[in-house]
Amino acid sequence: MKQMMIRIIVYACIIIGSFTLQTSVFHFFSLANITPNFMLITVVAAGMMRGRKAGIAVGFFSGLLLDIFFGEFLGVYAFIYMMIGFINGFFNHMFYAEEAVFPIAMVAANDLVYGIVIYFFFYLMRSKWNFFIYFKSVILPELVYTLLAGLVFYFILLWADSKLTTLEKRSA
Amino acid sequence: MRGRRKFELTPRYLLVIFTAICALLLACSAFFGTQSNPLSNVTSAVIIPMQKGINSIGNWFMEKSRAFENIKDLQKKNEELEDKVNELTMQNRNLLQDRYELDRLRELYELSERYSDYPTVGARIIGKGAGNWFNVFLIDKGSESGIQVDMNVIADGGLVGIVTEVGDGWSKVKSIIDDTSSVSAMVLTTQDTCMVKGSQKNIVNDYIDVEYLSKDAVVEEGSELVTSNISSKYLEGIAIGFISNMELDETRLTQVGRLTPIVDFAHLQEVLIITELKNVPDISEE
Repeated sequence: MKQMMIRIIVYACIIIGSFTLQTSVFHFFSLANITPNFMLITVVAAGMMRGRKAGIAVGFFSGLLLDIFFGEFLGVYAFIYMMIGFINGFFNHMFYAEEAVFPIAMVAANDLVYGIVIYFFFYLMRSKWNFFIYFKSVILPELVYTLLAGLVFYFILLWADSKLTTLEKRSA
Repeated sequence: MRGRRKFELTPRYLLVIFTAICALLLACSAFFGTQSNPLSNVTSAVIIPMQKGINSIGNWFMEKSRAFENIKDLQKKNEELEDKVNELTMQNRNLLQDRYELDRLRELYELSERYSDYPTVGARIIGKGAGNWFNVFLIDKGSESGIQVDMNVIADGGLVGIVTEVGDGWSKVKSIIDDTSSVSAMVLTTQDTCMVKGSQKNIVNDYIDVEYLSKDAVVEEGSELVTSNISSKYLEGIAIGFISNMELDETRLTQVGRLTPIVDFAHLQEVLIITELKNVPDISEE
């Protein structure tokens, strides 16, 4: 039970940390006014490393945080991020800590899907048809930049996860 | 013991439970609005101080790195600015003369000063919107400083946006370049009204859209647009930007064009909030 608490606290810190990174105003991380999607990296990593349950929980609370501060309604981002976490949980059995290419490629693929989903719900629904322009000006730069950020951020998350796992094994 | 297996929380159940919570939250916020719900009060107490902290650290680093900026650039910039100061001093002198004249004429006409200075409160930007699709940001002043929803936000002498949500120690501002924003505006010189609409598509090229300008309006390139007198939320006469590329739209009934905002949204750090709300009498009741 104690290990469970530690894990929850660590995850809470990671979620809040990636939220502050993503929404911080100083342009340390942003190129051409595009910021990498740190929260997406966290959710994808949680889903892949720990499975569907963790993906759902981390996704839900990450999304909820975005909803509270920036959403028109509560629950929209929470649902989108939760689904991302859940779906990535299916790839849990294909995940090996030694192999980094696959998870990072998954981060990129997820960011692409995420961009299309956001475009569909928030732009196409307001009859903004020109998908290609949005693809070029928002989705693609965000994808590239999330991929680059993912290269670093993923290994931090992996390190945190392995630390937690050894801690749990030792006390078990 | 068959049939009495211990209940196990499978991922599928978990998904259903959380989806139900999402739906519930959505329904609640649709009915009651997102204004000052207990959830946001609790989380903002945790998040806001952290954002303030990380921002001051980030700004410190940025200032350090900026200190290494090329000295030649700075000299050049200095020269440019000095020229500008001279130019503006001249302009200012002329304007002052006009001002005296205006005051005198106003006295004659007994006009109250309509564009008297609005009371403002300064605030620092501490966070920007979720991802790259919307131009919403957080500021570090809230209800405790007398900020209210629908107050106008300005910076560099131009319109930035409008307050859409207020919490304790923070509030949310939707900027005029946000894709869902629209502001009722008018051309300063001719008083022709139009709409200024934010555009995610065009802001990468540093402009947003102007729509619904009467086809008969003759507007010069580079005319200044200000908030209009008929707007229900924006105070009158706040500068927005400069208009260009006017042309008839497909319906041939109105003109559309581009607006270059005065405010440099990419480097915005501090803003002023006008602590005065536009009082519009409710016409529908009469």
